[in-house]
Amino acid sequence: MGQHDRYDAIVAGAGHNGLTAACYLAKAGLKVLVVEKNDWIGGAAVSRSLHEGWTYSNCSYVCSLLRREIVRDLELPKYGLQVIPYEGGASFSRDGDYFAYMSDHDALRREISRHSAHDADAYDRFSQTVIRQCRFIRPFLLRNAPDPTSLKPRDIGELLFLIRQAHGLGKKELGETLRFWSMSIGDFLDEHFENDLIKAHIAGAGIIGTGLGVYSPGTAYVLLHHYMGDVDGAIGAWGFARGGMGAISNALGACFEEAGGTIVTGSGVDRFLVDNGKVTGVALDNGDEYHAPIVASNMDVKRTFLQHTGQQHLPGDFVKAVKRFKIRGSSGKLNIALDALPEFPAAPKGAPFLRGDLHCAESLNELERAYDDWKEGRWSQNPYFDMLIPSQIDPTMAPPGKHMMTVFVQYAPYDLEVGGVRAGTNWNGQTRGAFADCVFDKLEQACPDIRSKTVHAEIRTPWDIEQEVGLTEGNIFQGELTFDQLLFNRPVPGYAQYDTPIDGMYIVGSSAHPGGGVMAAPGANAAREILRNIGRSGNMTGYAA
Amino acid sequence: MTKHVPIGLIETPFQPRLQALSTAKSWTNWAGYVSPGMLDTVEFEYFAIRNQATLFDISPMHKYRLTGPDALRVVNRLVTRDAAKLRDGRVGYALWCDEEGMVIDDGTLFRFSETDFRLCCQEPMYTWLLDTAWGFDAEITDESDEIAALSLQGPTSFSLLQDAGLEAVAEMKPFDWREIEPDLWVSRTGFTGDLGYELWVPNGKALELWDRLWAAGGPWGLKAIGFDALNICRIEAGFIAAGFDFQPVHTAMRLGRGRSPLELGFGKMVDFTKGHFNGRRALLDQQKNGLRYHLRKIEIGGFKPADGALIYHKKKREVGHVTSGVWSPTTKRNIALAEFKAPFGDGITDDLWAEIYVNEEGQWNKRLVPVTVEDKPFFINSRARATPPRPF
Repeated sequence: MGQHDRYDAIVAGAGHNGLTAACYLAKAGLKVLVVEKNDWIGGAAVSRSLHEGWTYSNCSYVCSLLRREIVRDLELPKYGLQVIPYEGGASFSRDGDYFAYMSDHDALRREISRHSAHDADAYDRFSQTVIRQCRFIRPFLLRNAPDPTSLKPRDIGELLFLIRQAHGLGKKELGETLRFWSMSIGDFLDEHFENDLIKAHIAGAGIIGTGLGVYSPGTAYVLLHHYMGDVDGAIGAWGFARGGMGAISNALGACFEEAGGTIVTGSGVDRFLVDNGKVTGVALDNGDEYHAPIVASNMDVKRTFLQHTGQQHLPGDFVKAVKRFKIRGSSGKLNIALDALPEFPAAPKGAPFLRGDLHCAESLNELERAYDDWKEGRWSQNPYFDMLIPSQIDPTMAPPGKHMMTVFVQYAPYDLEVGGVRAGTNWNGQTRGAFADCVFDKLEQACPDIRSKTVHAEIRTPWDIEQEVGLTEGNIFQGELTFDQLLFNRPVPGYAQYDTPIDGMYIVGSSAHPGGGVMAAPGANAAREILRNIGRSGNMTGYAA
Repeated sequence: MTKHVPIGLIETPFQPRLQALSTAKSWTNWAGYVSPGMLDTVEFEYFAIRNQATLFDISPMHKYRLTGPDALRVVNRLVTRDAAKLRDGRVGYALWCDEEGMVIDDGTLFRFSETDFRLCCQEPMYTWLLDTAWGFDAEITDESDEIAALSLQGPTSFSLLQDAGLEAVAEMKPFDWREIEPDLWVSRTGFTGDLGYELWVPNGKALELWDRLWAAGGPWGLKAIGFDALNICRIEAGFIAAGFDFQPVHTAMRLGRGRSPLELGFGKMVDFTKGHFNGRRALLDQQKNGLRYHLRKIEIGGFKPADGALIYHKKKREVGHVTSGVWSPTTKRNIALAEFKAPFGDGITDDLWAEIYVNEEGQWNKRLVPVTVEDKPFFINSRARATPPRPF
């Protein structure tokens, strides 16, 4: 191998976290290489055109969690990133009515009262509780998870920070916080609200991407994870990346290359090269080898250590912990090219909430049943969906007058059951078509003319997501966001500081703290940790330093 | 005809359409006209400017026509730049001063020909124009109440004009200005730093123009907006606003409140080689003896907007203040225009701190955050200058 194949650091995988880590490392003066198996960068934050004239956000589809500290540090707007907020949303019921989530607080109050006078005040109390929980957790996003067993000053410092934050809550609030982190979203909503439609509307955020039902403990935290983002400081607000989610990855890629980094696409990592307990580089599928004393894997922890690392380099307990890491695929997706905007007969014409997230779930019971199907290895016969039409706001996604619809579907299994056998390979043209049909049937509850307006649809199952993006079992968070896999237990106990049993090897994806979503926090935190370990933490500057 | 004047705010020709669209019911006073602060929400109006297309009613602007054989000479006597270099069918930004070199106002100068100009500005200027034109063969007409205008801004604004049958604007470069149809003049200008146009019609044709643009606007996300959203964009673009970033000297009651174009950072807009103009001698003196102030673009640390914040050197000495400060939702930076006492802001640009007061639900907190002086506009996008413009 020639000299040009030596780097200070290699990042395996050009997902948004890998690119974020790569940006910070390159800006700190390291010679950094990013290798990516696909011909394009972005992992699950991509925009691709599969039908001429239309652009899909093929995987992730809305933006809120992306930390503004990172956007600012890396000057992503300079590289073309623009995040545009959207307003409101709605849940449509079979009887031709709807519940609209209005961005205008007074209008929302009136709308809730239309369904339940009791729930109007309850909503404000609910918001207060959730936002307080968000305010508690947000400071931890751009910090390392504390290691409660370590006596290193920094770990003690992080632990003290956690204790101080917790202490500041007081006894009652701390109790509520622990309840909240471990309870189900169903129980939490039942405590606050009486109206089924309103409960179902809110509950979606507790199950999206998660292999749990609305009454499974831990789903309240998943809701929190979806609420703790912001657009320009408005906590809980969501937006689109102009040009689709790929705009985020492309901005990161441009920032990285301007900082002197190199991206090699088209061949993935075959194996991580390890010598005497130290990482030395990567060998790609095409036979190329690149060498560096630091290698950061953007792949999930299972894929990294069970598929691309020689087992002889790893302690048995570690491998066991990685094997038991829960990373279940539970979501599918339809990306639809529309000839025209579908009609929503229940809603007022041109209602602003139609530009938000739309659903058809009517009760928590219905959502729980949707989960039951998944447990049996079937897609939900009456699925929950999170549907949006970004082209109403973003003119770049479809030809003028035409539209692009994204439909996130909960639940769809990774290992589909057919004839008593559960296997990912059971997803074929026929089963995928049947899955899509089922989703279209449900969409018709909101917009009956959806089929006639459809000109193209991309159907994505957890199996497809694993095959294309590389996420194990198609889990969108690189591992379930349950309390047993969070903070100092993420991804596995004892290795929550982005480190691994192999010297110089790091985990920089969402398998690490603070977890999934297009947040970029794991990538930035990992870069900070890497630079600290090589004695160059002074080289990292900015809000995430 | 009654001799009695109306009390309170009067309406521009577009008010019936604005009124019908307003859910926020937020109206402000612009030169005696009722004008929207916001129609819906500032946030969505702002993003419509940066992502789609927007309409803002600029009819309340003061508009003056300068005509006659000496029109060019009058204009050059008035403004600090050389209007002889402005070609026919072009628009130029301009400032004008009193004899002390203090800025009276800034605005846009539209050149029909050497003998015909239009000047648009914030402040009433009729008397000053008459004074300036005295002894020249030129006529000044106040067109303020005769010409209605709409500012169409945003990345899809060209696509929208195309669909409205005004594709002739395609070859217009920034600051071009044409009569696209009889009685419809279009300039490729605006206050947003983005792709955009301003459309000028006689009052009687105002609603017809509005309806035509509105009908083509659907696929392009057209939204009517108020001043509040526009104000964020103009700070992002680094544009100064009268009454915010400088005090028009004719309206300032206190002595010493005037600022020169040099102090506002417009040295390039002052042409000392073109012959005499109002304030020339005073500005030459100031150039020789030194400026008193520097208006600069700054980035401010943290995430809290700093409008009105005082600025300190070494956290101790007060050296200036923020004149317009805002969180920039597009660039995701905390940005501002700020006035410094010389030599701070130009000669001395390090160790500067802004003092920001934040009210967090009844508790006031003070923050000292670092200030970085910037040279370029905060918002720069190539789509603003591309000719022909891109579809979005």
